[in-house]
Amino acid sequence: MSAEIGTLETYLRKKRSEGHKLVVPYITGGFEGWTDAIRAAAANGADAIEIGIPFSDPVMDGPTIQHASEMALRNGATPISILHQLRSVDVGIPLAVMCYYNTVHHAGNERFANSLRESGVCAAIVPDLPLEESGLWCAAADTSCVETVMLAAPTAPDERLPRIIDRCKGFVYAVGLLGVTGERDTLASSALTLAKRLKAITDVPVLIGVGVSNAQQAAEACTIADGVVQGASVMRRLIEEDADAVGDYIAEVRKAVDQC
Amino acid sequence: MLKDPSLDGRFGEFGGRFVPETLVPACQELEAAFRDAWADPAFRKELDDLLRDYAGRPSILTECHNLGKQLGIRLLLKREDLNHTGSHKINSVLGQVLLAKRMGKKHIVAETGAGQHGVASATAAALLGLSCKVYMGEVDVQRQALNVFRMKLLGAQVVPAVSGSRTLKDAVNEAMRDWVATVEDTYYAIGSVMGPHPYPWMVRTFQSVIGQEASEQCHSLLGGKDPDVVVAAVGGGSNAIGIFSGFVDTKARLIGVEPAGGAAVGKGMPGVVHGMRSYLMQDEHGQVQEAQSISAGLDYPGVGPEHSYLASIGRAEYPSVNDQEVISAFQVMSRSEGIIPALECAHPMAWIIREAPKMQGQTILMNLSGRGDKDVAQMMEILDGQI
Ligand SMILES: Cc1ncc(COP(=O)(O)O)c(C=O)c1O
Repeated sequence: MSAEIGTLETYLRKKRSEGHKLVVPYITGGFEGWTDAIRAAAANGADAIEIGIPFSDPVMDGPTIQHASEMALRNGATPISILHQLRSVDVGIPLAVMCYYNTVHHAGNERFANSLRESGVCAAIVPDLPLEESGLWCAAADTSCVETVMLAAPTAPDERLPRIIDRCKGFVYAVGLLGVTGERDTLASSALTLAKRLKAITDVPVLIGVGVSNAQQAAEACTIADGVVQGASVMRRLIEEDADAVGDYIAEVRKAVDQC
Repeated sequence: MLKDPSLDGRFGEFGGRFVPETLVPACQELEAAFRDAWADPAFRKELDDLLRDYAGRPSILTECHNLGKQLGIRLLLKREDLNHTGSHKINSVLGQVLLAKRMGKKHIVAETGAGQHGVASATAAALLGLSCKVYMGEVDVQRQALNVFRMKLLGAQVVPAVSGSRTLKDAVNEAMRDWVATVEDTYYAIGSVMGPHPYPWMVRTFQSVIGQEASEQCHSLLGGKDPDVVVAAVGGGSNAIGIFSGFVDTKARLIGVEPAGGAAVGKGMPGVVHGMRSYLMQDEHGQVQEAQSISAGLDYPGVGPEHSYLASIGRAEYPSVNDQEVISAFQVMSRSEGIIPALECAHPMAWIIREAPKMQGQTILMNLSGRGDKDVAQMMEILDGQI
């Protein structure tokens, strides 16, 4: 990762200060064509990319990303092989990984944080590591200068949100709905409600993820949030079509959010 | 007495609450509700009444004179197979569904392996007027077809889990995904001493009735003495922890028998899945391995965190038996004692048969956690022509 990018958070804040909404696609590492998809997304206006490290039991994921994870694992993808390949992917924007905690735990907190840093990854999102369990990982990540993106859910009471934000680096991942990843017909009203609650109490970029399913929903989310994370709608294009289709889609999302 | 977990839900280094952020408030709410209910004499009485008048507790203690003589041991069975619905699962489910109702929840979601927990959940939901949805691995839907039909008769919806190994592990994944989406009005009734805090502790508390009764029954049968060995099957570990709870302060050896193809303690290492840190069968990259067992109820690569703790301090032992030993024990028990055991409890039986030469003259208490009716069709295929 080139030095001028800095941290995920400084990069996203800078983009935001230029009046720019933040587009962060998710791509399952190890799925056929994944590095091409990263390049296509970056070339078409993504501000950062979240790379999923496939896990055998992805409890926060719906059918599309489950399928992508299963195929990646069948192709022989491992955390080590994915991080190794990432070293040669320099697309000029920050990279984050999304992984379930057993992947971290198995390697060891310190070792995993180091290996992220060495592969040029700025940040980590660990969806089954809530605030109360995050201490050991966050300490290791801080030491290795890896930012930990925390998730905030619609079910969080008011007193919980500031504590999540205190621990949060990179951006706040506002979980858009009650449920797992996957495309939905409409943007859930819980997405905007939560983004509003978060924007009222923090200056850290707030991105809505889970259930932001097309360009129009991304634009709707960006009326309140600083940006979006999109996974299933991106991976469906890579599964059914190819990296070019991912690029076209990101361009479409970029255009839609730039108009809002 | 077994110790309560720490405030962060740990038994030693095991347990915890590794769940998506969406579920954290629900787990906290559940913990508070359980503490409150367990301290409330009215709740305790309601549960005790149901256990007695509906489930048929206390379950009896049966001495197996024939097998005991053959094996040179004294063999006692705690008869959880005689409970309403045919296994120990009803003990925990009645408690959990009563609690769900007290919390104002409208729906029950559950996972099941052998279908016993699913049947018990469907039963309690029918009795107490809640809806019930049960996730069951597609492989188990086939090998436990009888229980699938029982659940449907009881008004529950059975949803096959088609991901991964299509067994218990995947049913848990699907139930958790469902709960993430429905958490506001739905109670997740976990079937064993696993999952995020407070489940392992709460389910153990509900199952400890097995150990309490067994301890009193042993004292009266054995003239105030305790058995030398207490043995039970371990899938997630709820029937085992239930009976261990009555003997942890005695000198009895505590033995949890795992299937060779699902030996979390025996072959696993600490890992984090399904909300808990515990022993887990996983590959060199931390991918959870698929269990392989003849018994749907034990076909699980993990184990409840308190068992990991008891193993780590050396208080309990977790040997395994293979499918062949289990098939043989299933028949031995049926013919020698006139009791057809669930395949799950043919595991501790198999261990007893194998180890009896080293335990001559000792008194062995085995938890017979369920009856074998559900397994008869599967055994008919396996033993095709041999009987
Ligand atoms: C009769 C019986 N025993 C044991 C088990 C395993 O569960 P646990 O280890 O929680 O007792 C099952 C699970 O389905 C069962 O049906």
